[in-house]
Amino acid sequence: MALYRAHVLICHGTGCASGGAPKVLEAFKEELAKKGLEKEILVIATGCHGMCEFGPIVVVYPEGTFYSQVKPSDVAEIVEEHLYKGRIVTRLLYKEPLSAQKVCHYKDIPFYGKQHRIVLSNCGYINPDNIDEYISRDGYQALGKCLVEMTPAAVIDEMKKSGLRGRGGGGFPTGMKWGFCAASPGDKKYVICNADEGDPGAFMDRSILEGDPHAVIEGMMIGGYAMGADEGYIYCRAEYPLAIKRLQTAIKNATEYGLLGEDILGTGFNFTLHIKEGAGAFVCGEETALMASIEGQRGMPRARPPFPAVKGLWGKPTNINNVETWANVPRIIVQGAECFAAMGTEKSKGTKVFALTGKVKNTGLVEVPMGITIREIVFEIGGGIIGDKKFKAVQIGGPSGGCLVDEHLDLAVDYESLTAAGAIMGSGGLVVLDEGNCMVDTAKFFLEFTQRESCGKCVPCREGTKKMLDILTRITEGKGVPEDIDRLLYLGNQIKDASLCALGGTAPNPVLTTLKYFRHEYEAHIFDKKCPAGVCQSLLRYSINTEKCIGCTKCARNCPVSCISGKVKEPHVIDQDKCIKCGACMDNCPVGAVVKG
Amino acid sequence: MASIKAIINGKSITAESGMTILQAARANGIHIPTLCDHPALSPFGACRICLVEAEKNPKLLTSCTTPITEGMIVHTNTPRVIEARKAVLELILVRHPLECFSCASNGKCELQDVAYELGVKDSRFADPGDTNTSHKLEDANPFYVRDLNKCILCGRCVRVCEEHAIYHAIDFQGRGIHTSIQPPVGSPIEESDCVFCGQCVQVCPVGALFEKTAAGQGRPWDLEKVKTVCSYCGVGCELEVNVNKKTGKIANVTTNYSSPTALNKGRSCVKGRFAWQFVHSEDRLTTPLIREGDTFRKASWDEALSLVAEKLGEVKTKHGSDALGFFSSARCTNEENYLMQRLAREVMGTNNVDHCAHL
Amino acid sequence: MTEEKKKIRSLDDLRKIKEKTGDLTSARSEVDKVKVIIGMGTCGIAAGAREIMNAVLKELEVRNLHNVAVETTGCIGMCQNEPLLDVIRPGEPRITYCAVTPPDVSRIVSEHIVNGRIVQDKLYGRAD
Repeated sequence: MALYRAHVLICHGTGCASGGAPKVLEAFKEELAKKGLEKEILVIATGCHGMCEFGPIVVVYPEGTFYSQVKPSDVAEIVEEHLYKGRIVTRLLYKEPLSAQKVCHYKDIPFYGKQHRIVLSNCGYINPDNIDEYISRDGYQALGKCLVEMTPAAVIDEMKKSGLRGRGGGGFPTGMKWGFCAASPGDKKYVICNADEGDPGAFMDRSILEGDPHAVIEGMMIGGYAMGADEGYIYCRAEYPLAIKRLQTAIKNATEYGLLGEDILGTGFNFTLHIKEGAGAFVCGEETALMASIEGQRGMPRARPPFPAVKGLWGKPTNINNVETWANVPRIIVQGAECFAAMGTEKSKGTKVFALTGKVKNTGLVEVPMGITIREIVFEIGGGIIGDKKFKAVQIGGPSGGCLVDEHLDLAVDYESLTAAGAIMGSGGLVVLDEGNCMVDTAKFFLEFTQRESCGKCVPCREGTKKMLDILTRITEGKGVPEDIDRLLYLGNQIKDASLCALGGTAPNPVLTTLKYFRHEYEAHIFDKKCPAGVCQSLLRYSINTEKCIGCTKCARNCPVSCISGKVKEPHVIDQDKCIKCGACMDNCPVGAVVKG
Repeated sequence: MASIKAIINGKSITAESGMTILQAARANGIHIPTLCDHPALSPFGACRICLVEAEKNPKLLTSCTTPITEGMIVHTNTPRVIEARKAVLELILVRHPLECFSCASNGKCELQDVAYELGVKDSRFADPGDTNTSHKLEDANPFYVRDLNKCILCGRCVRVCEEHAIYHAIDFQGRGIHTSIQPPVGSPIEESDCVFCGQCVQVCPVGALFEKTAAGQGRPWDLEKVKTVCSYCGVGCELEVNVNKKTGKIANVTTNYSSPTALNKGRSCVKGRFAWQFVHSEDRLTTPLIREGDTFRKASWDEALSLVAEKLGEVKTKHGSDALGFFSSARCTNEENYLMQRLAREVMGTNNVDHCAHL
Repeated sequence: MTEEKKKIRSLDDLRKIKEKTGDLTSARSEVDKVKVIIGMGTCGIAAGAREIMNAVLKELEVRNLHNVAVETTGCIGMCQNEPLLDVIRPGEPRITYCAVTPPDVSRIVSEHIVNGRIVQDKLYGRAD
């Protein structure tokens, strides 16, 4: 096998790919061929690095140079200067927002400094379509170890010892869950990977599937061996075409190697794996709805018990874990449960991947040890608030979660502490909000989502979230009445108490936590008919400060509904009845005479 | 079956293993209100009216889906439970049209019953314009009407169609507030797999599905159930004919899912359920008729049967047994057909026996 | 790599593949590596640095050495001594060789990189 002195890793995650990464890769191949370096320098398409905002990302090894926002036209320069002559192209280096300094090495970027990349260790590092690269990084060694050296019971013990808990949101101890399924009588069992990631803004699972599909497959096989299942399903939403393609390739390659199929590694263990594409219903992330969907039924949750471990897919004992949980499994087996359990807090072990979005300088995918504080995530990894505005809250756990505020900044993130504070770990969405976000509007956004995605089966979720949404809508339109706050609290608590599945059971959380920490904002909307953050359009009012106005007529000329009148060089006036609050006058005023409030 | 001891509302009860809390309560004479539950259908857990509290369990449980376990201490009427039921009921009533006065189900409506039991008159959460009006009344077929504005999405019709009719002609469609029960996307019920057996109509707890044929024929309290066997075919389905005590006329036909004597176990076909109008037809024969020349005259059964016996005897003596042939009907029961062939073979001495289903 | 579609039939097979594929990603690893840095400024290239590079890569392949990172660097101002080749063994000082010719490469690799003995006659000095 030829030795390549340098490797050019071009991120082909969904973000970078849509940013033009495939063209960058073509350009590299062309330029390297021109220079006769194609035998010396290897070009690889990898999975996601997590800093999608700065894509397409190109990392050059052995130096570990991290280039961001690379365009095909930049490639000739990188090849000529860096790969041929050894001079780093500084203009393409990632610029650190905190210090505004260029950072050369991957490992020196503060975004990665506080991270602890275990599950994501292969993402952006290996070519996900090349099974050999996975094997070269200890891939399938864990499976081999389990099949040859460990009994199924020992594997489950190891999982219990590791303290791994479900990363899909519930946080149920994985080893215990496996134990239930293993103990359930039945000669046919299934394991399922829940890849129906649907929280708005969350893409942890997609990145893992795209960047390291074999880790998920290996984890499922280990689970299959431990629980006595010989068949698995990966339920992946159809909106993830790249993840599905990578999984298909991975399954094909593993099957060709005999790592999937019959008599795996000569141990007599059989395992087959299917991909089932989901049609994009959020509720299909709920395990009973997910199984109904695989069976060809409408994706609707059913009451538990019976639990899937007893009666799951096609009525057989079934174990469902999410992508991140499965991807942790091979690492735990290879490195040992103690090593995994050494990370994190007393009850929450290991790391958690979060999708950090919102008003922070560095957005993207971050993997952090459990127990890290929210302050570290927001201000160190995230680099603080954009424009150095005031931090307001973080929304953790997506539409099922809640918001946390200033007083929680030093909260150590784990399952228990988040739940106690009114949020949930969830699947890992983390949206940072600043003073420019209206909390009523934010709560309304999430409730719109849950109402739209409610399966319609149980009354509290179907009817209750609609009623809450109606109330929030009228509050943001300035039509709220004083009783609305009590109504929201009452409905929220009743929906939590009476809903069938977790979708309804957690849907009121964004409303209840914003009411807890930002009641004054609701009151401002209801009593003062004002949106303090200036977000809710119906409550906005544009007016012209007559002392500042110079009568330049620019606002009047740019008003799309012609509701501004006034003579040249005289102060202008906005007709409030006609105004559509588009803000064009404010944008165009040269002297800042238009005020919003 | 192993028996389980538990406590419901302070009362010690025994139940069979595998029973739900609801079944155990009912078996012990304890009432829990329900909407989506139906004894003939699989538990669904959708309406949340049957919520109860169990000690050591922080969550409210749907009694229709939760198995009762040894030593379980259940409370069916705590303030928390009542409040949850009221909240759920009032959420249903936000969109449900309160037009009970004209509703076909007035008096047998289970939503009405639950509201009455909980003392709820209307919804605290309803705002003007909330009442459902978006669905058009669907009455293109001659058998039943769908008024989806009244539908409370309990899923009974979907379950009965799948579990008893075995057609799965309808299912839930849409999400959130736009969820509704529909045949496959875009087609009306008349073009679906629906065979109009009407079981969905019978199990509908409200007035979302009602028989066209029953309109104006009598309110539930006017009706008396008469158990009978369907006369349409040899299957012998047991039916309940609901007769209006005031008019003496049939209002509609239903079935009994729990009747120990019914071999159809609650099922019926379109004819058995909807095609009973002939009963009150002017042209219907009510006595035997004997032909005299070109006309018929009314006769008693004794007279008619004697005439038949006499004529058959004549033919047999004159031309021998095989001059006779016995022909029976697919509408008769197996037993009736069996008896007829015995009459043919043993009494009349011929093997000339046949049946209309050969035609 | 079509010939590798061979089935993996045992844990040993798997381990063999791992060894065989070890160098697939080794260039990306940053731990415990010997670094070879070749001066690729205009001066270096003119003096034959490309040939030195080729020789280094060939030598590493022949000797099946995966634990070596080969990097390039620009002109460091000693153009008259090009081609320059630096070797850094983990925890040891950076050693610079000057006026390297392709035949020197195999000696540098076998003596210095593999066995840790500096090739005195090509030595220019310590660069750090």
